[in-house]
Amino acid sequence: MLQLDKISYSVSSEGGRRDILKDISLNFRAGAITVITGHNGSGKSTMIKLLSGVERPTAGKIIYRGKDITDISIDERARMGFTLALQQPVRFKGITVKKLLDIACGHTNNLNELCEHLSAVGLCARDYINREVDSSLSGGELKRIEIAMALAKGGDVFLLDEPEAGIDLWSFDELTGIFRRLKDKTVIIVSHQSKIMEIADDIVLLDSAGEPKAGSRDEMLPRLAGYRKICSKIQGEGVNG
Amino acid sequence: MDKIDSELLLKIAELHGIPEGSYNIRKDGTSIGRHSDPDVQIVSKSDKDGIDIIVRAGVKGKSVHIPVLLTKGGMLDTVYNDFYIGKGAEVTIIAGCGIHNDECGESRHDGVHTFHLDKGSKVTYIERHYAEGDGGKKSFSPVTKAIVGKDACLIMESTQLGGVSYTDRKTEAVLRAGAKLIVKEKILTDADDVAHTYFKVKLMGEDSSADIVSRSVARDNSRQKFVSDMIGKSRCFGHVECDGILMDSARIVSSPRIDAISPEASLVHEAAVGKIAGEQLIKLMSLGLTDKQAEDAIIEGFLN
Repeated sequence: MLQLDKISYSVSSEGGRRDILKDISLNFRAGAITVITGHNGSGKSTMIKLLSGVERPTAGKIIYRGKDITDISIDERARMGFTLALQQPVRFKGITVKKLLDIACGHTNNLNELCEHLSAVGLCARDYINREVDSSLSGGELKRIEIAMALAKGGDVFLLDEPEAGIDLWSFDELTGIFRRLKDKTVIIVSHQSKIMEIADDIVLLDSAGEPKAGSRDEMLPRLAGYRKICSKIQGEGVNG
Repeated sequence: MDKIDSELLLKIAELHGIPEGSYNIRKDGTSIGRHSDPDVQIVSKSDKDGIDIIVRAGVKGKSVHIPVLLTKGGMLDTVYNDFYIGKGAEVTIIAGCGIHNDECGESRHDGVHTFHLDKGSKVTYIERHYAEGDGGKKSFSPVTKAIVGKDACLIMESTQLGGVSYTDRKTEAVLRAGAKLIVKEKILTDADDVAHTYFKVKLMGEDSSADIVSRSVARDNSRQKFVSDMIGKSRCFGHVECDGILMDSARIVSSPRIDAISPEASLVHEAAVGKIAGEQLIKLMSLGLTDKQAEDAIIEGFLN
């Protein structure tokens, strides 16, 4: 369905180039939720940026439904059915929630449609549609609006970068419910949260020190527990050392 | 009025013909239509070119249209309008000027407007400037002065969205106790346009407040300059914000100055000038817009 074929991504740094992702091959199944996890700096958000077209890989190919989409731009991918929710939603002076939802849907929404889009993420349309998506909104509100936009846009491939960040714990079940309803799509979620991993079909563990480890949730959850122990030990040694 | 006049009126005042209520329509230096009523009187000045607009105390929900049309090149039109707003009155004033210049000389309109707001009155002043035509320079240099009385409120919305070669706009206000000034300014310049705006606000009275927000977009090789000078002489609150989007090889200079003479004054200024943020373009493109559509949506929202 959606494949990364020997993908690398490197950036300039002092003393040459630094690899963020190196020679990675992965297959994301259609009709499945894949959670990408890993320590900070392991390249999770970079992978979302490569999949969505925000960044281009320095080597390798991205294949979607048998077609090489590596050089296809972000807006073309959006029109092909790729939908992105950013880790840190963007603020816009002067652009209202309604306007963004209209752009996401490609048409002017009526009040009922706006209610539908916003109530899906626990927001009341009347309180939000005319508000500007600027600094007057809290981080949690912005995050909900970001997810509402992704759902309103729709598509076949959902790329969600830490969608739970900034969402209060009380709303977690609501959020996981939203992702479950996307199960017939290709859903790729970057997350550290065990509650999100519990709804995954597949889990990918990125590790900058080695090959990514991928498998079904049942295979991967015990491996993640072991990985966490090793990470804690390394951190402990680091502190003690 | 001919077709050009009607189109200009629509652009600057959203008028589809002769407005309801009091109005004065000025074209190429003379009044071509006027209606005055006892609540809102419009009287010609005897000593210079211009009108006095007198709003009776206590009048509510009235509107006044005073558009100006300039359709000739080589014409400098200066007009002096004074607004006397009675105690407790609430009125909306729609001003603005449309220039259509197909001739080689400069068309220029300088409106000198002075507002006298009596106690507890409220004015919403909407001013739109628009210019078109393949002729010479098209210029506006409006001067707005306001004395905002005790507990009165002046809301100014000024918009200039393209086509104007040169603008030098000056706004000065003095606020008494409890008075409020709200300014929303929007400017778009392109080609080799030049736009200067200057605000001077004196917060004289206790609990007076001013909020000035200027949003501008400078394209091509255009130049903009924003200068504000806010003075707090008593317990008051003032906020000045200048946001500018730069495109191509345009330039925006912003100089906000605040002077809290009273230690009880609270004055804030914010200024940000720069290109459209890349992350904003990415977000809108991830919703399916092309880069050009995304850019247009950001500018339209910003100047909304």
